[in-house]
Amino acid sequence: MRNAFADVIYEIGQKDSRICALVADISPAGSIVKFREQFPERFINTGVAEQAMIGIAAGLALKGMRPFCYTIATFSLYRPFEMIRVDLCYQNLPVTVIGMGAGVIYSTLGGTHHSMEDVAVASAIPNMTVLAPCDPAEMRLMTEWCATQSQGPVYMRLGKAGEPDLTASATDPLEVGKIRYLQRGTDIALISYGITMGMVKKVAAALEASGKSVSILSCHTIKPLDRAGVEQILSSHNRVAVVEEHVPHGGLGSRVKEIAWETGAKCRLDTYSLKDEFVHCYGSHDELLAAHGLSVEGLLSSLR
Amino acid sequence: MTNTNSRFDITAARQRCLKYRRRILDISQQVSALHGAGAFSALELVDCIYHGLMRGLPGKDSPDTFLMSKGHGCMSQYVVLEELGLLSPRDLDLYCKVGGRLGCHPDYGNPGIEASTGSLGHGMALATGMAYTEKDIHKNNGIVYVVLSDGELQEGSTWEAMMMAANLNLTNLVAMLDHNGFQSFGRTSETHPAFYPIRPKLDAFGWEVVEVNGHDGSAIHSAVCQRKGDKPFILIGNTIKGKGVSFMENMPIWHYRSPNPAEYLQAVAELKEVIA
Repeated sequence: MRNAFADVIYEIGQKDSRICALVADISPAGSIVKFREQFPERFINTGVAEQAMIGIAAGLALKGMRPFCYTIATFSLYRPFEMIRVDLCYQNLPVTVIGMGAGVIYSTLGGTHHSMEDVAVASAIPNMTVLAPCDPAEMRLMTEWCATQSQGPVYMRLGKAGEPDLTASATDPLEVGKIRYLQRGTDIALISYGITMGMVKKVAAALEASGKSVSILSCHTIKPLDRAGVEQILSSHNRVAVVEEHVPHGGLGSRVKEIAWETGAKCRLDTYSLKDEFVHCYGSHDELLAAHGLSVEGLLSSLR
Repeated sequence: MTNTNSRFDITAARQRCLKYRRRILDISQQVSALHGAGAFSALELVDCIYHGLMRGLPGKDSPDTFLMSKGHGCMSQYVVLEELGLLSPRDLDLYCKVGGRLGCHPDYGNPGIEASTGSLGHGMALATGMAYTEKDIHKNNGIVYVVLSDGELQEGSTWEAMMMAANLNLTNLVAMLDHNGFQSFGRTSETHPAFYPIRPKLDAFGWEVVEVNGHDGSAIHSAVCQRKGDKPFILIGNTIKGKGVSFMENMPIWHYRSPNPAEYLQAVAELKEVIA
């Protein structure tokens, strides 16, 4: 996803001279070099100085630019949090903060490099839009939206590299702010966002093999959440499950439960997330997720 | 270095600053707190920027930008913006009141307020981004002026931005340090004794540094106009917190509170032009 991001930022940078890329010593590989070489005045590397990255981006936006700030999620959102809150959100500036490698994807780097609560933290700030594409195709469209249509700050949660295409045959087109059916079924609805969508698709295939009709939904826009869309899903399925690579509180699962309560939803609703615990083990990304209870097998045993 | 407003009438400036101090004291009687002492220390710096250095009206026809990084000192900015006609007397009369639009810290969107500040340590990075845009992207000759408090030098974010401003060679960035020597808790030199003197740190970060009496409008104006202009520039304005009212000077209690009616009358009675 990060390589595709670099391609997209280069493409939109060619069309729109307001697009700037700011990085803090971490850059998306490959094509960002093209951006830097072709638009040197619109590329700034602040080094390991994330507060400066956000503050400078705000200064650029106050002068009419549309900056993208890019580094590993924990350093793009948590370290400069108060700059994001005051400089970007309070002033409502069109700056996109990219949280790369979000969740526990840096599975061997340890808890210092995990962002397990980023959706909750970012969603808590007024004016902030929170996006989490599930594959490079969603990321591409959402980056274009951030560049051209967003009117305020965005936190966009990205994976790392090598994510497969999960949306080529999606039922609905992508529209920011609208929960998206990747496929429509009638019994069970599986809602997710970001990289766990791959796991969800495998779960759906297995459930279908055992005779269930399954909807898969990409909730790529977590804030503002498509309340009407969620209500429709809750009212049209017997069973709904939310799967997210995030702590149990403050993420999508909590929000869907709120809506279910407020609307008196009759379906069974389960949420699957990371535990409210830091990760102290190592291994592959899938192994870390499994250690926190997120695996194809685990979900299937619960949902069957 | 040119591209500044080259005329500055110090006699008129002293008269304006006397009027501003009186106006701030008057407004102080409407509210329980207004950071008056920090506004008094910054007054000559802010007046010189708006009346002596910036070209045109900020946010209207000026190519230049002003940021009050020490947002709590914004009363010094409000009175100047009132003088310039950007804020109305009614705006200031409604300071911190229901129906008003001015509070204890500058809010982006109000006339003449080009960024929201008040949380310390933000202004330098904002100014760096703005100055970079003017110089290297828009390629115009806009100057960005930013007034910092000395307490803000304790924020790491200020130094991150100063490092970047020097890296980016922002010769159109003019910072002024309101070096009044006090912060909320007491003397800055008691909070961070090993940090002083300040000047070598600023030199070491690759800035052009000049130190003047921060209540001397002529000295401030000359220092900025005569800067070499091959680096970002910072003027250390040595000031007195509460300048102009004897019992407020260098007394931490006046960082925040307003004078009571008796104190107000005493303060008004002793106001006179500050001749540095």
